Amino acid sequence: MSDYNFAYLDEQTKRMIRRALLKALAVPGYQVPFASREMPMPYGWGTGGVQVSAAVLTPADRFKVIDQGADDTTNAVSIRRFFERTAGVATTTRTAEASVIQTRHRIPEEALTDGQILVYQVPIPEPLRFLEPRETETRRMHALEDYGLMHVKLYEDISRHGHIATAYAYPVKVEGRYVMDPSPIPKFDNPKMSDSAAIQLFGAGREQRIYALPPYTQVVSLDFEDHPFEASKADHPCGLCGAEDSYLDEVITDDAGGRMFVCSDTDFCETRRAAGHAGAMNTGKDAA
Amino acid sequence: MYVAVKGGERAIDNAHAWLAEERRGNPAVAELSIAQIREQLSLAVNRVMAEGSLHDPDLAALAIKQARGDLIEAVFLIRAYRTTLPRFGGSKPIDTGVMTCDRRVSATFKDLPGGQILGPTFDYTHRLLDFALAAEGEPSIAADAPDHCPAPSPAPSPATSPDHDPLQDKVKDAMAAPADIPVSHSVPHVTAFLNREGLIEEAAQDDTTPPDLTREPLELPASRALRLQALARADEGFALGMAYSTQRGYARNHAFVGELRIGTVPVEMEIPELGFAVEIGEIEVTECETVNQFKGSRYEPPQFTRGYGLVFGQTERKAIAMALVDRALRWQELGEEDSGAPAQDAEFVLYHGDNIQATGFLEHIKLPHYVDFQSELELVRKLRREAAATQATEPAP
Repeated sequence: MSDYNFAYLDEQTKRMIRRALLKALAVPGYQVPFASREMPMPYGWGTGGVQVSAAVLTPADRFKVIDQGADDTTNAVSIRRFFERTAGVATTTRTAEASVIQTRHRIPEEALTDGQILVYQVPIPEPLRFLEPRETETRRMHALEDYGLMHVKLYEDISRHGHIATAYAYPVKVEGRYVMDPSPIPKFDNPKMSDSAAIQLFGAGREQRIYALPPYTQVVSLDFEDHPFEASKADHPCGLCGAEDSYLDEVITDDAGGRMFVCSDTDFCETRRAAGHAGAMNTGKDAA
Repeated sequence: MYVAVKGGERAIDNAHAWLAEERRGNPAVAELSIAQIREQLSLAVNRVMAEGSLHDPDLAALAIKQARGDLIEAVFLIRAYRTTLPRFGGSKPIDTGVMTCDRRVSATFKDLPGGQILGPTFDYTHRLLDFALAAEGEPSIAADAPDHCPAPSPAPSPATSPDHDPLQDKVKDAMAAPADIPVSHSVPHVTAFLNREGLIEEAAQDDTTPPDLTREPLELPASRALRLQALARADEGFALGMAYSTQRGYARNHAFVGELRIGTVPVEMEIPELGFAVEIGEIEVTECETVNQFKGSRYEPPQFTRGYGLVFGQTERKAIAMALVDRALRWQELGEEDSGAPAQDAEFVLYHGDNIQATGFLEHIKLPHYVDFQSELELVRKLRREAAATQATEPAP
């Protein structure tokens, strides 16, 4: 791939993205507009995350890509290959070994450490978008810290369902200032965003926005005193590794209602199995 | 025992191999060449260049071949290539007044300086399948190829206008420009005639460098130049639907096609080392200027207003649609009422007209969403459990 620069993007574009990243890190939770480029994969398939990764990757990095928590889902494979091809960086599936992790819809179970960068793919960066479709309006609302609409929505959920009926992309408040969309991670993952040792970068390509959380930023999921936030998951242990505290995928095993629950984070599950943990459905031979 | 439905690596490789095979089709049928696509599917090539924002017929033809004829996919290939190209600088604004026209029609004047030139249009064809084409024979063609309208010269000459086609006989030869209209170009713009009488709003020349939404993030409110850029590369179907909605009463603006012209224009670029502009090539463009009604305001007497469309290649449906939507988006500047119509809403139009953004986001819902779906599943189960419990304790009346 000598026809393209290291990690595909030209240096001018990377510089533009890095400027946006620095601004985003300086104002945590604030959505910084950036001149998103057309990428060789479609909008909505991680172009924001790919541009952020391209701007932060160096030849010494070790790169991991997950989609739905797994390294081997097709789009994760596609993005990992893209950087293997255009940047020639080392890749890994091990969370602990990666210096840059690009993710769609999950935060790894294993706590991230100092020096790691987590890059989120973001479809709709604006947490207020489905309450107010106009960008001009929502920018004004953020500027004035006018988040009443969001609280009314959450309150209406409670009065209607008895709960806040948002299971993923659950809105958070960053350092007591900006309400931020955590990207469509399950709300189970929300607490992991707060006080994390890693740098968390969010890229929305189609919507041309970048935002960020510097290490050890306070991130609070919105709630009410009498209806506190609750990180929920399927009430089962993992069928393969027996983990009780990981987010689970539900897998239909037959057409008679049979199902099992397995860790969505494949690296976490494999590491546990390698260490000798076994779940109820694991007969000793690992799934292919 | 659970067998993981995974193995993305092998699936992708196999899918790509199958795709390549499908693209080629039956190997017993001759393969399409880029030149064949460029020459014989030129309107598809034009559309891909227009929406890809890159004027290169060969690359567009290659993209169409690679995309198996899916034009949006072809636009995508062109966009992804274009974005990697370095910028040497900007050309001087093209001057459509010196266009060498293949086609030039006005719906507002029966005859006008420069003449009406029908050109290679489907307009008056009968849409009957020509089975001679299926037999791969040469279709019947006109005895003479139509002439182009005159290249830049001091005054239009009736002798150079086309009079070979019987249909074109119906539109008169170009007439000499009235003495009181200065003829700086061979084919003056219709709107310039109206402008002399003050019948149409002034369009002041503006030499500021226009913004570029491929280099800067789109910020609202967007200037007219930026809106026009977005419209020029917007999806043809989207622009058509938006324009059509204005005709059907959603922000109706009573558009007349003042002029529609298609032809080639020279592209000039200032070379800093030389200190003057040199012609670097020619491109084909379609330009549409609409003349729209305007009631006037407290400050201005009634006069006509303008809508503008300019698109690469022979793409007149797109250029007309662009002009109508451009005019609809100008409601604020012209002091018109906001009727709440989609075509008046710049944010709605600019954020949804790009087919590469739209198709990417639309199709991404094919990607796995197990995690989000799982969390919804948990929530719905919980709510249903609680609802059932409530019903059990409080029987319905």
